[in-house]
Amino acid sequence: MNTFEFTILVAMGSFVAGLLGSLTGLGGGVVLVPLLTIFFKVDIRYAIGASLVSVIATSSGAAAAYVKEGFSNIRIGMFLEIATTLGALCGAFLATRVSTRSLAIIFGLVLLYSAYLSRKPRTPEERNLPPDALATRLRMNGSFPSEEGVRHYNVQRVPLGFSLMFGAGALSGLLGIGSGAVKVLAMDQAMKIPFKVSTTTSNFMIGVTAAASAGIYLNRGYIDPGLSMPVMLGVLAGSLLGVRILVKAETRVLRLLFSLVIVGLGAQMIYEGVTGRI
Amino acid sequence: MTRDWTDRTIEEIVGNLLIAGVLLSAFVVAVGAAIYLIRHGLAPAGYHVFRGEPSDLRSLPGIFHSALRLSGRGIIQLGLVLLIATPVARVAFAIWGFAEEHDRLYMTFTGVVLIILLYSLLGSGSAF
Repeated sequence: MNTFEFTILVAMGSFVAGLLGSLTGLGGGVVLVPLLTIFFKVDIRYAIGASLVSVIATSSGAAAAYVKEGFSNIRIGMFLEIATTLGALCGAFLATRVSTRSLAIIFGLVLLYSAYLSRKPRTPEERNLPPDALATRLRMNGSFPSEEGVRHYNVQRVPLGFSLMFGAGALSGLLGIGSGAVKVLAMDQAMKIPFKVSTTTSNFMIGVTAAASAGIYLNRGYIDPGLSMPVMLGVLAGSLLGVRILVKAETRVLRLLFSLVIVGLGAQMIYEGVTGRI
Repeated sequence: MTRDWTDRTIEEIVGNLLIAGVLLSAFVVAVGAAIYLIRHGLAPAGYHVFRGEPSDLRSLPGIFHSALRLSGRGIIQLGLVLLIATPVARVAFAIWGFAEEHDRLYMTFTGVVLIILLYSLLGSGSAF
């Protein structure tokens, strides 16, 4: 395969990953690394570097759509970004020490877990919780427009959310993914922030988290321009298109199919890691 | 609720900033891609073996020099640096926004995030 053919094929694969990722809300990053390593035989370190770059592109590219909705809470985001960026630094340093086989196995496990999370029914939202002392002092409580008028919410369990965010950042730095699923879990489940606010704030945070580890990856020579170029342009185009058709599409079946793809890729990553083919 | 209104204004400006940054970086990457593919399109592709990037594609000064020489890979890398810089600019901008609101606490939090980001970009590599 020459460079031209390789670029076109990688761009097409990344486009589909970005499109499905944004349509299903599961993110394109999770399938990019397996796609590059399993099908294009790319070294997992180059794959992680390219994926990380594309994560920043999708996060920033989707920001305009989210900002218009007006749900994200910039204070919660900024405070928790202290945890995610520190986590991302640790994850990126760890990535240079861990063997590529272990990286593949960890990646596979995270894929399986995120497929499980996406299938799990959401627990009903708890409303009208009493204000939490720490969250109130940090001025995190907010409100957003809903169908029944303006809804106020009180943020809970800030320390737990902060710790989970450190974990989300570490995974992002280690594996080059946005780890949006863990971020939403921390805000929605642990801190009891309404789902809409959680997902939009998470999208805002993903780019900053990824930038924290991207600097380290760049300095270490993990970001290859020839590979990152088709990945970034493909994912960006796919996810921008996905955001546009999101309103019209019926995503239930698509979500199920995409979760099955993620399970398959996760199993394959673990298999290749265990047998040492990665 | 003036506070909400101001937060909202900040977010709208920040959203536009992010879009502009991404589009600019995608444009630079596309220009680099054209040069790279015209020059090297027929060379065999292979990322199976990890070699790490040469030092002029790892550090900011190296990337600038490489892009100024109109190297396709250097220009792509410059576009990627612009992309990485967009969230950093977003954080820097948020400090200014919180300053407008006289919110010392959140200026501090945002400042910490900015320092972590700058450390990662500028201070961590062997190339500096």
